[in-house]
Amino acid sequence: MTAKLNSHRTGPDAEGRFGIFGGRFVAETLTPLVLDLAEEYERAKKDPKFRDELEYYLKHYVGRPSPLYFAERLTGHVRESAGPGKGAKIYFKRDELNHTGAHKINNCMGQILLARRMGKTRIIAETGAGQHGVATATVCARFGLPCVVYMGATDVERQKPNVFRMKLLGAEVVPVTSGRATLKDAMNEALRDWVANVADTYYLIGTAAGPHPYPMLVRDFQSVIGREARAQMLEAEGRLPDVVAACIGGGSNAIGLFHPFLDDDGVEIIGVEAAGKGLDTPQHAASLSGGRPGVLHGNRTYLLQNDDGQILEGHSISAGLDYPGVGPEHAWLRDIGRVAYQSATDEEALEMFALCSRLEGIIPALEPAHALARAVEKAAALSREKILLVNLCGRGDKDIFSVMPYFGGAT
Amino acid sequence: MRGSLSRIAQKFAELKSEGRAAFIPFVMGGDPNFAASLDLISRLPAAGADLIEIGVAFTDPMADGPAIQAAGLRALDAGQTLAKTLALVAEFRKRDQTTPIILMGYYNPFHAFGVERFLARAVDAGVDGLIVVDLPPEEDEELCLPARRAGIDFIRLATPTTNEKRLPAVLKNTSGFIYYVSVAGVTGGKVGAGGAVKVAVATLKTASSLPVAVGFGVRTAENARQTAQFADAVIVGSALVDRLAANLPATLEETPGEADSAVNAVLSLAGELSSAVRLARRAPDA
Repeated sequence: MTAKLNSHRTGPDAEGRFGIFGGRFVAETLTPLVLDLAEEYERAKKDPKFRDELEYYLKHYVGRPSPLYFAERLTGHVRESAGPGKGAKIYFKRDELNHTGAHKINNCMGQILLARRMGKTRIIAETGAGQHGVATATVCARFGLPCVVYMGATDVERQKPNVFRMKLLGAEVVPVTSGRATLKDAMNEALRDWVANVADTYYLIGTAAGPHPYPMLVRDFQSVIGREARAQMLEAEGRLPDVVAACIGGGSNAIGLFHPFLDDDGVEIIGVEAAGKGLDTPQHAASLSGGRPGVLHGNRTYLLQNDDGQILEGHSISAGLDYPGVGPEHAWLRDIGRVAYQSATDEEALEMFALCSRLEGIIPALEPAHALARAVEKAAALSREKILLVNLCGRGDKDIFSVMPYFGGAT
Repeated sequence: MRGSLSRIAQKFAELKSEGRAAFIPFVMGGDPNFAASLDLISRLPAAGADLIEIGVAFTDPMADGPAIQAAGLRALDAGQTLAKTLALVAEFRKRDQTTPIILMGYYNPFHAFGVERFLARAVDAGVDGLIVVDLPPEEDEELCLPARRAGIDFIRLATPTTNEKRLPAVLKNTSGFIYYVSVAGVTGGKVGAGGAVKVAVATLKTASSLPVAVGFGVRTAENARQTAQFADAVIVGSALVDRLAANLPATLEETPGEADSAVNAVLSLAGELSSAVRLARRAPDA
C-alpha cells in the first residue's frame, strides 16, 4: 500500500502528535527514557533482523496468522429478523485464538524484543482484567526476564484466575491500593516504579496510549491484525469488507484492525466503547462519546473527567474496557470523522456473550461482545451482499465466573 | 503591584545578601480542608518559610509517593478545586505581599480550567511561579511560554536522568529557580546520595545563573542542614504532609479547631527545618 496524498496513516508527527492529541506529557525523569525508546524503535523498524525475529515468534509461538472466519449461523440469525434482502455477511477475525487468548500478546512480543535490544533486564506492566498482565508474564517467562505486574486491588480480587496465571508464569503481582485502586492507579504505580528504576527497567504498556512513542509502537505491533484481515478478506471474497468493527477501551485491538483500512475510503469503520449502565448515567467508560480532551498518562486525549480536571472512574462489566482515557489516535480519528465511535451497554454485551456462544460455539470475551452488539445491528441494516468484519480480540474463558451471576448460575 | 523584579527573584536576591539558603515548605492546598489549609499557609512565613509551594490536588499524581497522594485525596474529598486553590492564594496575599507562592501540580486541572483564564486569575491572586510535573520542555507551548508572557515564573525540574545533552533544553525557558530532584524516584522517597547531589547542583549552577533548589527526599533537619550548605534552597514536602496526617483526628467533621493540633505540629516541624537551613552555613563543617 502506498501512502495517499491525504493519507490517514502517516501519524504521528515527530512530536508524537495525531492532530492535537498525543504528545509526551511525562515527568522530566522519564523524558530521556521515552526519547531513547523512540530512537531505538526507529532503528529496530529498519532492522531486518528485528522484523524476522518478530515474525518468527508471532508464527511459531503466538500462532499467527489467526483465521478469518465466516460466522454463518450468526449471519443467519441476523437475516431471520432483518428486513427482506437485508443481513450482511459477518466475518470474525479470530484473534482470540492467539496464545494467551487475546490480541494483547501481539504487542507484548514486539515490545519484549525491543526491551531486549535495549539491554533492559527487568519488565514492568499494568493490567486491568489481567489479559495484558498474563501476556506480559508469558513473554517474560519465554525470555527469562523478571516481571512485575501492577494491578488494582479490586481487580486482583475479581480476576483471581488471571492473578494465578501470572504467578504461575513467574511474575510478581503487586496489588495497588493507592488512589481508587483501579486500572488507572495501576498505571500510575507502574510509572512510579519506572521513575525509581530508570536504569534497568522497561515499561511494557498494554494499550495504544501513554507518552509517544507508545501509542505508535503499540499500534504498529497490533496492526498485524488488520494487515492479515485485509489480505484474508481479499482472498476469501475477492474484495475488501464494507464495514470493520472493534471494541475500544484504550483501543489497541481496534487501532490494530483499523489502521491498515484507514485509507480504504469504501470501508466504514466503527469503534465500540463501553456504555456500562448507559451514557446518560455516570456509570460508563465511553471517553470518546462522553468525555472531553485532557492530559493523563503522558498524552492528550479524550478523558472522563469532572469540571476541575479530576479523572473519574470508568465503569463497565468488562474490566478490559473501564479505563477513563483512550489512545490519542482514536481521539484524532474521532475528530476528523474517519471512524464512527459508538457504544454498547453491559446488558447488550451480555446478550451477545450468550448469543455468540450458542450460535457459533465461540465464547467471546466481554470486550468484543460490545463490538458484536453494534455489528449485529449494523449487519441487519445492510443488504445481504455487504460484508462486515468484527475483531474477536479475546476469548471469554476469563469472564465466565463474573458473568455467571447474570445468568442465574447457568444459561 | 509587581515591580520590575519578580517576588521570587527579589527573595533570592535578599537571601544572597544574607548569605543563606531558602527554606521552601510544600503543603497540599486544601489539606485537610480549605480553612485549616489557609490557617497553615498563612502562618508558614512566621515559622520560617522563605517561599511556599502549594500543591494543586489531582486524582492521578504519578510522580508522588504515598504521603502526597494521600494529601491530594484528602483535599479533593474536602471539595478542593483549582479555583479554590487560587482563592487560597488570594486570601494569603491579603495578609502577606512578599512571600513568593508557587503552585505545584499536574497539567490536567490547569488544562481543564483553560490556560489563559487560569493565568489571568493566577496573576490576580498573586501566584508567582508554577511547577507542572508532566510538562517537560517538549511541551513548552502548552503552559510554560504563556505563563512567562503573563509574568509568572515557570520552574523546571532537573533530575538525575537529565544528561548533558538534554540540560540546555531543560534550562532554556526556565525562570525563577531550578528545582533539582535529588533522586530518580517519587516524592518522599530515600534521600539522594549527598556527594552526587552536590555535584549535580554545581553542574546546574555552572550552566545557569538561576538559583538551584533541592527537593524530593529531604526529610529531616539534618538533611536540610547538609543540603543548605551547597544549594540555594531546600524544599521539604512529604515530611510536613506526613506530620499533618499523623496529627489529624481519625474523622474530620469540619468543626472549628479540629485540625489545630495538626497545623501546629506542621508549623513546629517547619520551624525546626527552617532553623537548620538558616544555621547551615554557620555550622563548623560549612
